[in-house]
Parts: sequence; C-alpha cells; structure tokens
Amino acid sequence: MNSTNNALYNYCLRLADNNLILGQRLAEWCSQGPTLEEDLALTNISLDLIGQAESFYEFATTFTEANCTADDLAFLRSEREFVNNVLVEQPNGDFAYTIMKQFLFSTFAKHLYTALANSSNQTICGLATKGLKEVNYHYMHSSQWLIRLGNGTDKSKEKIQFAANDLWCFTKDMFEMNSVDTLLIEQNITINLSTIYTPWKNDIEQVFKIATIDLPTDTNKIIGGIKGIHTEHLGHILCEMQYLQRAHPGAKW
Amino acid sequence: MQKNESSISFLEKQFQEKINNDIKIEPKDWMPEAYRNNLIRQMSQHAHSEIIGMQPEGNWVLRAPTLRAKKILLAKIQDEAGHGLYLYSATETLGIDRKEMIEQLQQGKAKYSSIFNYPTLNWADIGAVGWLVDGAAIVNQTMLARGSYGPYSRAMLRICKEEGFHQRQGYEIMAKMMAGNASQKEMAQDSLNRWWEPSLMMFGPHDSESTHSEQSMKWKIKVESNDNLRQRFINKTVDQAHHIGLTIPDKNLTYNKETRNWEISPINWEEFWNVVKGNGPCNRQRIAHHTKYHNEGQWVREAALVFAKKEMEIQ
Repeated sequence: MNSTNNALYNYCLRLADNNLILGQRLAEWCSQGPTLEEDLALTNISLDLIGQAESFYEFATTFTEANCTADDLAFLRSEREFVNNVLVEQPNGDFAYTIMKQFLFSTFAKHLYTALANSSNQTICGLATKGLKEVNYHYMHSSQWLIRLGNGTDKSKEKIQFAANDLWCFTKDMFEMNSVDTLLIEQNITINLSTIYTPWKNDIEQVFKIATIDLPTDTNKIIGGIKGIHTEHLGHILCEMQYLQRAHPGAKW
Repeated sequence: MQKNESSISFLEKQFQEKINNDIKIEPKDWMPEAYRNNLIRQMSQHAHSEIIGMQPEGNWVLRAPTLRAKKILLAKIQDEAGHGLYLYSATETLGIDRKEMIEQLQQGKAKYSSIFNYPTLNWADIGAVGWLVDGAAIVNQTMLARGSYGPYSRAMLRICKEEGFHQRQGYEIMAKMMAGNASQKEMAQDSLNRWWEPSLMMFGPHDSESTHSEQSMKWKIKVESNDNLRQRFINKTVDQAHHIGLTIPDKNLTYNKETRNWEISPINWEEFWNVVKGNGPCNRQRIAHHTKYHNEGQWVREAALVFAKKEMEIQ
C-alpha cells in the first residue's frame, strides 16, 4: 500500500469507527425510549450511522488485500485497532446524557462532512455529501431536545447541564490529528480539523444559550482515540458486538 | 323507555345490515358498545404485541453478526414500533387514549401475544421470529384486513406489506444458517424446535374452545376460524422448512393426500393457558422491562410538556 492509500485507509476507519460505535450505543435504546416516538428516532439515527459506517468500511477495503470485507473490519479488529473518538464510546447514561453526546458529535460531523463534501477524493466527497443530509437531521433532533430539556423542568435542566459538564473532557479528542491528516490535507482530501473547531464551538454556544445552560469550564482533556487508546468502555462494546463472529470463525451469516 | 329500546334495536339492525353487506364501520358511525369494547380489546392487544415484541428482537440487535444483519434487524424493529404507534392511533378512534392502554398493559388488564413470553436464545431465534411469528401474523392479519372496522382493516393492509418483508428476512436467516457450518445448523434446528409449537398456538384455541369467536364472526371482526388459519400456516411452513433441510419437531406429522393438509400432533394447550395466565418464561420480565423504561422516561415526557406549554404562552 502506498502512503496515500495507507492514510486513506486509516482515515476511513476513523470515520467508520465513529459511526459504528455511536450507532451501536444508540441501538441500546431499542425498547427503552421515554416515548415510542423517541425509541423510533434514536434507533433510526443508529441505523443511519451504521449505514454510514458500512460505506466507509467498504471504501477502506479497497485499500486492503482482496478478500477483506467491511464486516471483517467491523467485527474482527480489537480495541487497540479501533480509531474512533473516545466521546462516542461513552455509556448512554440517561436520555439527557445520550442527547448531549449526540449533539456534541453531530455538530462536529456536520462541519466535518460539509468540509469533506469538497474533498479532492471522489468517494469521500460522495459519502460526505450523502451523509450530511442525515447528519443535519441528527443535529436538528438533538439540538431541539437539548433546548427542550434546558427549558423544561428543573430536573431536566439539571440533567442536561450535568451531561454537558461530564462529557466536555471527551470533546477535544474529535479535533486531534496525526501524520494521516498531514498527508491527506496536503492533497486536499481532507481538512485541518482546527479550522472547524471555532464553527463547532460557535454552534455549541448558540444552542446552549437558547437552552439556558452554561458552557462547561472543564479544562481536562481525555484524548487518544485515533491512536487506539480508548476508555475502558470500548472493550465491552466490542465483546458484545463481535461475539458471534469471534465464536464461530469463518461462518457466513 | 319503550321508544328508546326500539330505536336501539333499529340501530342494531341497521348496523348488522351494513356488516352483512360488507360496508365498513367508521369511527363516527353508531356501533353497539360490545362491538366497540371487543375491538378495543383486540386492537390494543395487537398494538401491545408489536411493542412487547420489540424486546425479544432487541435482545439480539447489539449482537447481530454482520452490518447488514444489524441494519435489517434495526429497521425491522422500527417497523414493529411504527405498527404499534399506528395501531394505538387506530384504537384511539374508539374513544380510549394511549396512556390508558399502556396502563392496562402494565396492570395486566390488557394482553399481548403470548409468543413474546418466550426467550430469544440464539441468533437463529431472530430468524425463527421473522419466519414463524411474522409468518403466522401475516396469515392472521390478511384475514383481519377483511374485517368490518374501517381503521383497523386499513391498518392491516399497510402492516401486512411490511410483515411480508419481515417474514422473508427471517427465512433468509434460517436458510443461511442451514447452508452454514454444523453449529449454525444446530442453532437453526434448535430454534425451530422451540418456536414451532408456540407459533401454532398464536392462532388461539380450537374453534370449539374459543370464547370470543362466535360474536366476532357475526360482526366480521374475524372472518375465518382459528383452526382454518392455523392449518393454512402449517401447510405453508412445513414445505418451507423441508426446502432448507429443517425437521419439523413433530414425529406424528403426516401429509393427508385427500385433504391436502399436513396433520400434526395435538397441541399442548395446558402450556398455552399457563403462559396466557402469566406463567411463561418471560411474562414478568417483559412487563417489568416495559414498566421500568416507561417510568424512567417520565421526567422526559414531563419536561417536554412543560416546554410546550411555555412555548404556547410566548406565542
């Protein structure tokens, strides 16, 4: 694999892993939503994200040996090989916590996909353009709930504020870069993530303001996702998700 | 008094004539209270079945073995939730609201299909639920689509289309596993062994034992008997099982050339009634799960209501 292909492979895994792990987390809400309508909304977002993950894995397989499949990448890599951001693997907590996690991520994905829709790589450009339509909806869904919970009861406000404070330390990880980025930025395949930090923060500030909740002041940052350094939660997600493929090697499903 | 009684009997006569002439009854039409109550019972039970059915299927959504299988299962469970939502709305046309129906479910006053009181223990069970449970539901619902109450019969038409997909995806899982390795085949057969008889029970007791059947037939809430529907399902399913190499777990299974029916052993009705009465493997678990997450969502529903009120005041 030449260096650009190698970088593209790694970059696709990042995008795919983020979507898959968050999709898997959202699927945990199945039959547990606060209303039937929200049960549907959360698992529908999960379905969107898993679909996006599959597309990015499929593109990634074009850079690997011939018989590697998207399922191999999803179900046969281990904790240290997953390169998703640590935010998406955090437990769902309550409804407010899930909404906050989704909002922080969807706002990031919205700006990232908007930028990648101008990628010099045709496939990345196509997948980002297609994904953006879904991500805009995810952003809308989570920001509206955030505003509703922030302006609802004392209890809902307390819960959504707690979620913001608790998850803030994981947000920096989304903007981390390494040599993969350097190489792809040079070829206009991707962008310098620091350029979308301010637009991301502006959106967060604006929605928090309408939701009457405070921007967290936590300076702690927990990073490492793109290096395969995760929180303890990821291993458990993979145990469950990969169980059948690991227990029956080579079986076709 | 006399006049009132005679006007009710006139309305009843008119109502029955409509039904006899296959004219659908609509929400604003006059209907006997017993017809209304019978429909509320049956439709809410149907809605609850869709919702409780999400639990045994959701049990495998995190462990689905491929991305495709995970997407299909997620989409299928969403379809079921959508059916539930749609059926709750259709039932609301009879003058009961969703909140009340959910209370009845959680208090054990309303039932749901007993089949969901069985556990999904291996991945093939997701195949069996689609193939057998949705397969039995299609047979039943195709009949219900010809029923007399307009909103219910139209709901059935829409729902049947989606159930057709569900049944095919379930059968596909079974077929793939039967084409797979020894442990996959074992899982598929084990799954059929456990789900076969409960799926036959889905059609309800024999016609001679069914308490609601006679009146329901007269009102065309039901238009075919439990035993007819069950036989249609058996004939269809036995051939499908044989086609992929599965064995029907009934040593007395025989084909009757004259009637062209597959004949089966007597069904274990004792088990059926035992599960209906609440003593199946998962009855308590299903209701406890529903109640737990419903209660946990209370603060969210409250917050949404308070917010909506505030918004209205601003406007």
